[in-house]
Order: sequence, then C-alpha cells, then structure tokens
Amino acid sequence: MSQQGYVAAPPYSQAQPGMGAYQGGFGSGPAQPLYGHYGGPPQAPPAGVMKSPVSSVAGMPLSPVSSQYNPNVQQNGAHPQSYPAPPAVSAPYGQPPHSLYNNMASPGPPPTQQLTNQMSSMNLGNYGNPPPPASSVAQQPFQAPPPSSLAPQHMPPGPQSPHMSPQMSPPQSPQANMPMAGQSMAGTPMAGTGRPFPGPPPQGPGGFQQPGLASAGQPGYPQQAGQFGGYMAGPQPNMPGGFPGAPSALAGPPQKKLDPDSIPSITQVIEDDQVKQGGEVFSTNIRGQVPPLVTTDFTVTDQGNASPRFIRCTTYSLPCTADLAKQCQVPLAAIVKPFASLPKNETPLYVVNHGDTGPVRCNRCKAYMCPYMQFIDGGRRYQCGFCNCVNEVPVFYFQHLDHMGRRVDFYERPELSLGSYEFVATLDYCKNNKPPNPPAYIFMIDVSYNNIKSGLVKLICDELKTLLEKLPREEGMENSAIKVGFVTYNKVLHFYNVKSALAQPQMMVVSDTAEMFVPLLNGFLVNYQDSRAVIYNLLDQIPDMFADTSESETVFAPVIQAGVEAFKAAECSGKLFIFHSSMPTAEAPGKLKNRDDKKLVNTDKEKTLFQPQKSVYEQLSKDCVASGCCVDLFLFPSQYSDMATMADVPSHTGGSVYKYSNFQVETDGEHFLRDLRKDVQKSIGFDAIMRVRTSTGFRATDFFGAVYMSNTTDIEMAAVDCDKAVTVEFKHDDTLSEETGAFMQCALLYTTISGQRRLRIHNLSLNCSSQLSELYKSCETDSLINFFAKSAYRAILNQPLKNVREILVNQTAHMLACYRKNCASPSAASQLILPDAMKVFPVYMNSLMKTAPLVGSTELSTDDRAHQRLSVTAMGVEDTQLLLYPRLTPLHNVDVDSEKPPAPVRCSEERLTDSGMFLLENGQSMFLWLGQASPPDLIQNLFNLPSLAHLQGHMCALPELDNPLSKKVRSIISSLLEKRPNSMKLHIVRQRDKPEMLFRQFLVEDKGLHGGASYMDFLCYVHREIRQLLT
Amino acid sequence: MATYQEFIQQNEDRDGVRFSWNLWPSSRLEATRLVVPVSCLFTPLKERPNLPPVQYEPVLCSRANCKAVLNPLCQVDFRAKIWACNFCFQRNPFPPSYAGISEMNQPAELMPQFSTIEYIVQRGPAAPLIFLYVVDTCLEEEDLQALKESLQMSLSLLPPNALVGLITFGRMVQVHELSCEGIAKSYVFRGTKDLTSKQIQEMLGLTKQAVSGQQGRPVAPQDAAATCKFLQPVHRVDMNLTDLLGELQRDPWPVPQGKRPLRSTGVALSVAVGLLEGTFPNTGARVMLFIGGPPTQGPGMVVGDELKTPIRSWHDIQKDNARHLKKATKYYEALANRSAVNGHSIDIYACALDQTGLLEMKCLSNLTGGHIVMGDSFNTSLFKQTFQRVFSKDYNGDFRMAFGGVLEVKTSRELKVCGAIGPSVSLNSKGPCVSENELGIGGTSQWKVCSLSPSTTLGIYFEVVNQHNAPVPQGGRGAVQFITQYQHSNTQRRIRVTTIARNWADAQSQIQHIESSFDQEAAAVLMARLGVFRAESEEGPDVLRWLDRQLIRLFMFHLRRSPFLQVFNNSPDESSYYRHHFVRQDLTQSLIMIQPILYSYSFYGPPEPVLLDSSSILPDRILLMDTFFQLVIYHGETIAQWRKAGYQEMVEYENFKQLLQAPLDDAQEILQTRFPMPRYIDTEHGGSQARFLLSKVNPSQTHNNLYAWGQETGAPILTDDVSLQVFMDHLKKLAVSSSA
Repeated sequence: MSQQGYVAAPPYSQAQPGMGAYQGGFGSGPAQPLYGHYGGPPQAPPAGVMKSPVSSVAGMPLSPVSSQYNPNVQQNGAHPQSYPAPPAVSAPYGQPPHSLYNNMASPGPPPTQQLTNQMSSMNLGNYGNPPPPASSVAQQPFQAPPPSSLAPQHMPPGPQSPHMSPQMSPPQSPQANMPMAGQSMAGTPMAGTGRPFPGPPPQGPGGFQQPGLASAGQPGYPQQAGQFGGYMAGPQPNMPGGFPGAPSALAGPPQKKLDPDSIPSITQVIEDDQVKQGGEVFSTNIRGQVPPLVTTDFTVTDQGNASPRFIRCTTYSLPCTADLAKQCQVPLAAIVKPFASLPKNETPLYVVNHGDTGPVRCNRCKAYMCPYMQFIDGGRRYQCGFCNCVNEVPVFYFQHLDHMGRRVDFYERPELSLGSYEFVATLDYCKNNKPPNPPAYIFMIDVSYNNIKSGLVKLICDELKTLLEKLPREEGMENSAIKVGFVTYNKVLHFYNVKSALAQPQMMVVSDTAEMFVPLLNGFLVNYQDSRAVIYNLLDQIPDMFADTSESETVFAPVIQAGVEAFKAAECSGKLFIFHSSMPTAEAPGKLKNRDDKKLVNTDKEKTLFQPQKSVYEQLSKDCVASGCCVDLFLFPSQYSDMATMADVPSHTGGSVYKYSNFQVETDGEHFLRDLRKDVQKSIGFDAIMRVRTSTGFRATDFFGAVYMSNTTDIEMAAVDCDKAVTVEFKHDDTLSEETGAFMQCALLYTTISGQRRLRIHNLSLNCSSQLSELYKSCETDSLINFFAKSAYRAILNQPLKNVREILVNQTAHMLACYRKNCASPSAASQLILPDAMKVFPVYMNSLMKTAPLVGSTELSTDDRAHQRLSVTAMGVEDTQLLLYPRLTPLHNVDVDSEKPPAPVRCSEERLTDSGMFLLENGQSMFLWLGQASPPDLIQNLFNLPSLAHLQGHMCALPELDNPLSKKVRSIISSLLEKRPNSMKLHIVRQRDKPEMLFRQFLVEDKGLHGGASYMDFLCYVHREIRQLLT
Repeated sequence: MATYQEFIQQNEDRDGVRFSWNLWPSSRLEATRLVVPVSCLFTPLKERPNLPPVQYEPVLCSRANCKAVLNPLCQVDFRAKIWACNFCFQRNPFPPSYAGISEMNQPAELMPQFSTIEYIVQRGPAAPLIFLYVVDTCLEEEDLQALKESLQMSLSLLPPNALVGLITFGRMVQVHELSCEGIAKSYVFRGTKDLTSKQIQEMLGLTKQAVSGQQGRPVAPQDAAATCKFLQPVHRVDMNLTDLLGELQRDPWPVPQGKRPLRSTGVALSVAVGLLEGTFPNTGARVMLFIGGPPTQGPGMVVGDELKTPIRSWHDIQKDNARHLKKATKYYEALANRSAVNGHSIDIYACALDQTGLLEMKCLSNLTGGHIVMGDSFNTSLFKQTFQRVFSKDYNGDFRMAFGGVLEVKTSRELKVCGAIGPSVSLNSKGPCVSENELGIGGTSQWKVCSLSPSTTLGIYFEVVNQHNAPVPQGGRGAVQFITQYQHSNTQRRIRVTTIARNWADAQSQIQHIESSFDQEAAAVLMARLGVFRAESEEGPDVLRWLDRQLIRLFMFHLRRSPFLQVFNNSPDESSYYRHHFVRQDLTQSLIMIQPILYSYSFYGPPEPVLLDSSSILPDRILLMDTFFQLVIYHGETIAQWRKAGYQEMVEYENFKQLLQAPLDDAQEILQTRFPMPRYIDTEHGGSQARFLLSKVNPSQTHNNLYAWGQETGAPILTDDVSLQVFMDHLKKLAVSSSA
C-alpha cells in the first residue's frame, strides 16, 4: 500500500503525453505564490527558467505558500482519515497527523505526485485505493522529502510550525539545530540527522503522542506528512479532475524518522514491473525503448535491436549535446553481456556466412553489416549508419530494394533484420591466419599440505571424473571438443601425460619456477573421451601420491605461466582452473608477502590494499590475454592471502575468483562443487576481442570489466562467459541528432568451444533528445547502479575511500537536483522529487556505499573487500542489482501449493518477525533466518528437530524431509541456486545468535553494521544536498 | 741374456710398460740428442690373470714427500726390520705386522716377480657402481627402437647391485624417477637454460632431503642411495626401468620443415653431472650419453636448428667461421672437469650420419676416461655389439672397467716426469719428481683417470735431469714407480703398484747399446701421441712440420697420412674420434691405427701380411685390411668375378669357398675382441667401398706414374699424395743435407 503512495512516475514520465497541458501550468516560480505548481509557465522550460522558481521556492516565499494551501490540506484530511485501514504501522500515528495535517494530504491528483514520507504513510490508504496501482505507479512523480534535510530549512518558516504537532516541534528543533552542518561533515550525516534521538525507540521523543508503539519499524517519530502537504495540497484541488486517484505529493517534513513504508521501495518497484510487463513479449523494434527491469520475467523477440539481455543502457535517450550530458551528470553507459544466456523460448543467435571474403563491413569505420545500414541507389550501395560513408555493395551481396527501399531479402538475412547475430569469421580474423584449435581446460590443483589435509584434493579429483563428462559442447555434437589437461603443484609443478595410448599416466615435474615451461606436448591436452581410462587412473592416484606431503609452500605466478605456455605450445586458447590454498611464499616469480595492514584503513593509503602487489602479475595478465588463457581461481585460504594480487590475473582475463575461507569438506564441499560445476559447464567463448562502434557524435571512452585493454578501443578478453559483462561509458564528441538517434554496435570476435572463429554482433539504437526530461524518463536504475558500482570500485584504487563516497553522493544529488531543476514541476524545495525511473536509485546507491570495499572498516577482511571489488567489476546488471539489494523472502507463510515464489520484502530488520523464517540471498551468500519464536512444527518440518534450540551451529543444508514445507523450501532454495551465476553457501542463522550479524549486514535499508547510513537517513542527506545544489 | 725384443715383450707382459729407450742416456744433453724422449706407454690395469691381489695395504715410505711403496728394488735389512726407499733413500722400519719378516719369509711385494702387485684396500664403505643413461630422444623411430632395445638388454648385463639412472632429452631434459610405483615420474628441465649444480640439485629435491632427511634418522652418506630416487639398484627397478625404456617416445615437439630437432645435450649433461655430483661424489660412475645428432640449443649448442646452416667443417674452423665452437668447447670442458673431479666418467655413443659435435664434446670422454663410439645408426651391429662390449667381463667374471683411478708416478732422482698423454686430468700434485718441462698433461705427478679398462694406456714422458758433467755412475739404475689407486668393478678399492728399473748408459761410450735398446714401436706411438696432443691444440700443418723435424722412421709416413694428424677428408668429429682412441689404446692397437695391417689371401699359400701398398692390390687376391676403426675385406677383380659367378657354391670349387671364408673368419676374430667394434666392410674391386682400402695404401702407383711403372701388378690410386718412395727419397736427401 505504501507504495502507491509514493510510487511515482516522474512528473513527466507519463504525465507528459497526457498532461502536457497543465504541466505548462507548473513549475514556474511566480506561480507558486498563487497556486504552487500550477501557476507557472510550462515545465518543459529550459533549465534556466526553472532555476528561478526553484530558488524562490526554497526561499522564504514558501511560507505563504504553505499557508495558502492549508485549506487544501484540510480537505485532504478526509483521506487520512480513511486511511486508518492501513496496517498497524500507520495506525498509531493516524490521529495526530490527521488533525495536524489534514491539509497535507493532497487529494487532488497532482500531475506529479509528491510524497513525503509521512504523507505516504498516511495517504497511502487514500491513494492506494483509488488509483489502480499500475497506473499510479506510472504516473506519479515521486517526491520524497527526506526528513533531515528538510528539517533545517523548514523550521524557520513560520508556516510550518503550525503544521507541526506540538509534540513534534521539540524534536524538530533539536534536529534542526544539531544539525546538519556538523553532522554532514561527519561523513555519515544522515545517521545523525535522521534521528535526532539516537535511539530509535519511541521513548526518545517522549513527547509524541503515540510513540511508535509497538508497531514495527516505526520508532516513535511523529508523522509529519503535514508540513509539506501544504504545498502539495495546494495544487491539487486546483487540478483538473484528471488524476483523481493519483497519489500526490507529500511533503514530508523532515523530522526524524519517517515511515519507512513511505519511501520508495525496490521490492514494490520490482513487483509492479513484474505485474506490468512480466510474461510479456518485449519486441526490440522501437528505437530507444526502455526494457523491463532485469528482475522482470519477460520474453524478448529480436526485431532489429539487441535484446536487453545482451545490452542494457543507463538511459535509452541520450542527450543531444555534451553540455546537456554534463549538466545532468547522468552517466551514459551500456552494460554489454555478449554471451548472456537466453531462455529456452528465445531464439539463439543465427550464424551468417558471407563466404570467403568475410563479413560485409563498412569501408571506413569497419562496422559490420547491420540493420542500420541504409541501402540506396537501387541496392547497389549502402550508407553506413555509423560513419555515413557510402559503400558499394559487394556483388555477391547485391539484392534489389522493394518499394519501401528495403532489400527484398530483408527477412532472410539476420544481419539486416536482427539486433544480434553471428558471422563466421574467415582466416583473416584468426591468429597467424591459421584456424584455431579447439580450446582446452587445464585443471591445476595445489597439492600442498593444506589442500591435502582438508580433503579438497580428493574432492576435486572425484568430482572431475563425472564433471568432465559434461564439458560444454556445441549444439548437436556428441562430445565436447574441449581438451583437458592436468597439473598439480606445490613449490614445483607436476604435469601429467595422459595420452590415451598409455597404460599409466606419467608425471613430469618442473622445478624451474623461475622460467616456467611446459615439459610435454602430446598427451598433456587430450580429449577426455579418448583418454578417460588414463585420466581416471590419474585422478585416483593424485590424492594418494601426495597423501603424506609436508610441503606447505606454494607458487602461483609460475602456475599461470605454465598454463600460458601450454596454450602457446598447443596453439589453442582455453581456461585454467586453479585450486589454490595459500599465499604463494615459495621462492619464485610472483612470490608474495603479507602486507595486510588494518592500520591503513581509512587513510589515504587504504588504496594500496586494493592494488596488486607486483608487476609480475601485470605482465602475466598481458601474456594470458595474448595467448587466450583465461584464469579461474578457486581460493581456499585459511588466512590473508593477498586477494588483490592473486585475483589480478583472473580479473583481467575474463576469469572468475571463488573464495572459500577455512574450507571444510563437510560444510563447504557442496557449495564449492556447485560453483565448480557451473563454472566448467558455462557457455563461453575464448580468445575474444570486442569493439564497440558508435554512430557519429559519441563514442565509447571507458571500459569496466574483467578485461584487458592494450589500447583505447579494443576490449580484450582471454575468455568471456555467459555471466561476464563489460560496462562501457560513452562521451559525446559532437551533437547528436534527435532524428537519426544514436547507434552502437558491439562486435565480439571469439573462438567457439569447438574451435571456430566467430563474430558476434550486437546492435542497439537509442533515442537522442535535447530534453533532459526524456533522458530521465528513459533511465534504467539497475544499469546506472551497475555503472556506479564499477566506476567507484575502480576509483578506490587511486583515491581515498572518503573521496569516492563523497563523489558518489554528490553525483547522486546532482543528478537528482538536475532533474528537479529541469524536469520536475515546481514544488517546494523541501520536497524531494525523484524521477520515476530513478526513484529507487538512492537505496541502491546507499547500499553500494555500504558494500565492503567502500566501507572503511577494520572489521572487514581485506581479502573479502578486494574480492568483492574485483568480482563486481565483471558483473552484469542482474548481478549488481541483486548484490546491492538482496532478496529477502519470507518463508514462514509460504504457500506450499503455489507455483509462484513468495514475494520478497524490503531488506530491513523491521520486516522480520520473531516467529518468522526468512530467506535472504544476494547472489553471493544465502541465509535462512529463523526468528526466535519460530513455531516448533515449522522447525520440525524443516529440520526434523524438536525445537530451534536443537539446531546445530554449522548446518549448511536442509535435511531432505518428506513434507510439503520442507520440499517447498528446498525447491525454492535450489531454484535460486540454479538461477544465480555463483552457488551460494546456505547459512542458517537464528535470531539473536552471533552469526546473525553476518546476516544483518545484508539488510541494506538499515544502518550499516560497519558504518553507513540507513536508507532513510541517506535519503534525507541526499535531499539536503539537493537543496543545497538548488539554492 | 735375452734379446731386447724378448726383454721388451716380457716387460710389457708383466708390467704393462713399454719404454722408448730401455737403456737411459745418463745426462740431459745426451737425452736431448736422442730426440725421442725417455718415455713409456703404461697400461695400468693390464690384465694379469696370474696376479692375485694381496689382501693388505701397501707399506709406504715414511718421508712425507715421497711415500713410495715398498717394492722389490728396495734394500731390506731383515734383521733390523728396516727397508730403504729406492727413490729417496729414506730408511723406514717395517710396520708391526711385518715382524715375522725374514729372508726366507718375504712378503710378496719384495719378490722380483712382483714388480707389479695389487693390493686390496679395506677402507671405507663399498661404493656401488653407477650407470646413468643419458638418452637423446630426437632420433628416427627405428634408431630409437634399436637404442631402447640395447639399453634394455644392458640392464641384464649390469651388476645387480649397481645403481642405474635415466635421463632423456630432446627439447627438454627429463630426469626419470625410478623408485616410484604407479605413475611414472620425471623431473623436467628446460633445454636452454644453464643451471648451476646447486640449482639442479635443488630442483631435483636433493638438497632438501640431505638436510631434513627422514625424521630422526641420521643422514649417513650411504643413505644417499636410499634417498636418491633417480639412482636405484638394478635389481630393484629392473622391471620398472625396462617398461620405462619401452615406453620412451621420440621427442614429441614438432620439427618444422628445414629445421633440426632441438636437442638439449648440453643441459642434459649438466643435469647428469649435477645429479651425480650431488649424490655420489667420488664414487665410480659412468654417464653414458647416447646421441643421434648435434646439440642444437642451449648451452653447449654446436649448431643452430636451421638446416640451411651446416655443422662446422674443418674449413669453417680454419676460417674461424664456427661460431659456436669455442663457447661449446668451453662449456663441455667445464663439465668434463667437474665430472673428473668427482671421479665420474662420461661415455659418448654418437650414432648419426652427420656430425654430432664430438669435436666440442670429446673432452667429456677424453678427460674422464669415458668411451667415444661413433656409428651411423643405433640400429647397426657396430653400435649394438660395441655397447654390449662395454659390459664385457674378464676371466674372473668382473667387468672390464674400473673407476676413479688415480695414477701416481714416482721417479728416482735422475729422472723427472714431464707429463702424460691419455684419458686423464691432472691432479696438480707437485712434487720432487715433477719436471718443469711439460709434455702432454704435465706439471703434476698424479693424474686422475676416472675410468679405466684393461687396455687403457697412458703415454708418460720423462726427462733426464742429470747434468752432463755429473753423470750417473756406471751400472746405476733409474727407477720408476707407478701407483694406481682405483675402484674395482666389484666395488673394492685397490692399489696396483708397478715398479720398474732401467740401466743408465753413457751415450758416448755405449751408443750402440742405447740404440739397440730403442723400442721403435713404442717410440712411434709415443711420438704419435705427442703429435696428436699437439694437433689437438695447434694447427695441422704446424704439427706435421714439427713431426718432420723429428727423427722419423717408417711409421711416420703413415702417421702423416693418418686421420690423427690429417684432417683432410675427415670431419672434425671424425678427427676427434680417431684421436680419442689413439691416445688411449695400447701399443699394438695404436700401431694398427698408425699403419693399418694388410693381409693377403690367395691360392698360392697361407695368408700373409703384405705391404700396405697399392702394389699389393692384385686381381687374384683377397685382402683383409685392419685399420682399427675399419675392417675391410677386399676381393680382387678376378676373385670378385668368380664369386659373382657363384663358383663357391659348386662342390668342385670347395677350395674357393674356403678361400672366401678365410678372411671372414679372421675378421670375425678381430671383431670379437676389438673395442669399439670396427666398421666392417666387405667389398671388391671397383666397389664404392673399396675407397677405404685405396685411401690407406701407399700410392706407389698413381695415374701419374702408372704407365711408367708397367702394369703387371697392383692397382693405380688416383691421388696427388706422394708415395712412400718419394717420401723416403726426399727424407734421405733432407737427412743428409740437414746434417751437413
């Protein structure tokens, strides 16, 4: 319910089409005195115009306004009253606010809806009902005034106080005073500002009438919707009846804590989008069309633009000029996941063969034939959509045009009608002009003492026997063409000859770690099917051979080097699976020493913790990429292992890093094996190089991903799998035309798993607009946050964390302020107005700033921080979305008969109940949280234990029990594990147990365990920043 | 009194010694005038079936810088139980164990017939023999197969307690671990990287084991045998190793068109030497290197892998155009010296049609007493039987090989030792009997001979130091003692002591005596050795000139023409090979090398030796030529036609069959005993292989003088070389004119 209240489309998003008319009425300053929003000149107005009103709003003039509105507000009062219905949450407050703020609730359908926190809580009821949720969602601009920031500014104006309930004022004033200034400096200002009284508990503001009583989550703050309501309300009455139901504004007066339900909720946004577009077909035939959210379940039909599974953009409408782009500060970026896996009901990519001459390409810019090529001159020539060069059509490719000017074979040629397709590459596209060999997987197992003792080596060897049967293979092929090879190592490397002709495998020891080489050629990389008997024999013997090893030192760089050399010798590309135990301390290149220093945290030198240690690894990355050697690292450390350095090579070669601290077979074995299985079976391309071409006016300038850049344009990846995404940032270098729009073409040259050279092309067309509002409307929050995460994680290599965090907040504020200034209808400065497409952006941003890499806390392991930093770099939009806003799903009331998974709730402690059971997962970890009052039958059903107290400490899987609940819960868990790129270890935590702390850090709407503001506080802080920007 | 002939023969049989002069000129001046220095060929381990070793240790002279061994030439005071050293005249008491000594009860070493005596020393642990195979895998399939079989066969020939090891190499070098069950393990080294001995041992995990050992167990030296997984007793790893050898594959790395395979011989040897150094220093060991081509990469590289660059020829070397020569030679010399210091010898078995780099690698064997065997292919009986013969046994069933030999020479005061020429290195042991003039390897009185066979012979050169005005008293005798310590193939330490004496003679009054005591054969070989030794270090023509300047008898004509001095028509490898054998074989064999033996078989009588001359090549004769390296059976024109016609198959020509068979039987006899096995050539008049014969015989008839000489006998040789006749004529003229 609450959602409806605030769920607001940006004022323009929907409104525009329909509302143009009165929009005009909005926004202008002058109007305000009269009617607030309506009076003014049209909104569309250029920024310049906007400014003045805004500032005026912020200023004194406000007071009159509010007073003016009072009446309206009162009218609204009706609504609030009706709202008692709403859950307990709001109930307690119900009365007082009403009386106080009756005015506030703006019944009228304001063109733009504005909510204040408070309001929402109160209004929800009202609004909720009238407007159909969907529409409301779409239409309501959202304005959420964060309390804290507002506070200071509001207080002064006389008018406000009246609105405030008497009780409230006391708290307010302190707030106002305490304030901001001081606290904002502090770094986590919001915390302070948000809650004048540190203790969330109700008592603080004893004065309040109905202290937040029990109701969950509502600390005793009074509801303040009222204050702003005033403004909002004003307009509403005037509004044409057009938007009756539309929720409206709210003005949350700042005060302390606001009703959490009143601020934009991700879960709600997701649910709404799912409702709206879930199960729908998304056709990519329209330029600049914003796709459904990543979380939404939809089907794509390729009609000329790449599926959003392959490319997602931060905005689908680029600003026409660099100035505009600079003004709004919304990053222009695309997240390309060239190998994204497609659901079964979507057509796999067609393969196009243009014969011996290779794919048809533009002579000048070398763009590949695609739907953006314009055929002219009767089909004899075509104009390149990217550089406008006019090219002759090769003879073999000639085709007549129809009356529309389209080629007659338009529908027969994927490259003319589809957004994504593949070309068969000719020898010109191959290394040394030789067709590539099928790729190879080399399994490199650390057999030092730790790994032997933990039983890991045996586990791996046993697993490989079955796993190797499932190597990825080309559609329709019986066996995989991928070759396999085996290496074990500690201080020295052991290569194995597993040629099928041998009765016994042969081991070859290379101790020359200073200059690694591969001691054998035939028999090292073999076809698994052919050599199965020998490989079995080997895998059986490896654990025994090293059973009584006492060698605890390892090498690392030489291991990778060995892989590179092996691929070089075999003239193929491939992937190394390295199972490593500890920091490499043996005398060899790439030897590392412990440099973990918690004292560096929160200093300017903290960045060194994230920087790789040695140039050896830099060179190694280069070598790896040059020879198409992707490195996947499975690390099993028992202490600090300098992840920043060890993961350096994987993170430049399209590899993944998996970390299992203090690995134990019993508890982590399954978890690891799931990862391994996924990793081995992934669909993948090798020795890849990607180039992003754009139409004139803008170009790709920066790239984030597990990639290697040897120049400024070629994105090199030793391998790219279905989970790896590259984020590409664009910059203008000229003006874009609204008419032609903007095109981009990602061409990925790679080697398939069967050793064919292919070109995978993804095309996407975007709109261009000289209206910022278009841009904001076409924004994609999930993509934005992906970009911000990657760029922030890169920035911490070079800057102090504090700066990075500041930049993030500033840019957030700036983006929102720009919207407010240029696109939103004029409103009181105290209102937080968020563009509809970005309304949950702050929660993501806040969550991002609370992630381990960006939080300077000595309690976090340096390795974990470095690990997260690097893994995010390669993530696609889905992964960052989930990581930054984990799914928290209640399971205690799950409908065992329903197919549908239970709906997630917001990630906040307030949503937990003592008698509940919740599943939380973020793509990396998974928790099953059990409330301390969990009913015994639930425990019995799930764990076959009489009560919660009997639960063992380190359980990591649910027992298989034959009852509906157990089955259901296990199926939910396993389907999640299935879906995510990484397997997750299931942690079972009881409320108030120590491990709960781990769980709590994922409740991203709450205050961070290691620092970082709660969502609410952050919002307030951002709001304040925005207001500062606007003044 | 026996003739000198008999005396010489007797001495050789008993002591393995042949002196150039059996009466020694009594002053330096006279000695110098004789041109051929006082010198001898000494065969330290000459087979003496009738010489049972004694089971005690030798008695040494107590003077610190003498330490000569009690011998029959010493004066003994049986009553005082004192003996006088015949070298330093120190009077020494007999040790307590000799208390019972009397004129009637003399220890063996005092009896004249025991001028050579062998002691068995009981000190120290018995060290096992070690055989480390270093095998090139860049071979043709057929060659590799043959080699594998030979190696497998050799396992059955090794003493059961001997340690064996296997290193294979091609582009990489693999050291095979032999102790393991299940998976075959090997340690691999890059073929291009020069590693120090320490690095090698570290990489093989040898150093660590030595340090840590197994918990609590003391690390005894003999433990090395247990802990070194690369060298294991034959009886334990027999099966394992046989399988391993069976599974050996050709070097798998592809060899592109126009390239040689990459062969890391240098590193392989370095690893072998390093391995032995680390595990069994000062223990008898044999590194057996089998190569099928030249080293083409890494340290010790002899030629690059580009086929278009041919391996160096003498021509290149003379023009200083052999770019790897010096570096490679230096590299192998360093290895050879390291190996020699530790008493390990290195054999080279090189089988290839082209050169294999013996020129650069020869020092490996020359300095360590190893064998060099050169053949065309491992799949020839030449190699197979030669290799088998390495493991031949003597009448006692012991291997005809000894290890870690140290030869010490002691001389009486009038004589000093200038040097030795043979498969040895100097131990740099200075002493009173070391001359300042060096001939051969000089400056020392001790030489290390890492590996000895019963035929291993060193040339030892002396100098008479007495000044002319202080001659040795008439009737005095000079004495030389050879003390050879070695490890017998049955792992015993032994010491063989040979003490000889010769009379001094005044050259002026007794010149005829001295002359008659001249051992022409020994002198020829000794001079030839000097020549070869010089040839190794100097330019060819200079050596010839030097030789010409010396007094020369018959042999020198052939020596001049021999491959030991002439490089024409021989590759550098071949020259190295021939010289290698020349400086170690005993006198008889050396003579054959210098002047090949030619036997003629005919219906006119029993086989007879004939002149090595073109005039001996007659149509109705079968010739058998033995050059040591080659055995050539040459059928004269008529004989060849008869044979072609198949007369030998006819009963009535049984005698012809026998005639054909006779040289074959004789050749077989030679083949049986010769090491290395000679190349066996059966050819006939006009056959292409007849060149082996034609190149050796004295070209008394050539195309130049053919018609002048008449045609009734012999076969003309197409050559510009001078014939013996011309040579002699010239020599005579020269001798006369120079004396004038």
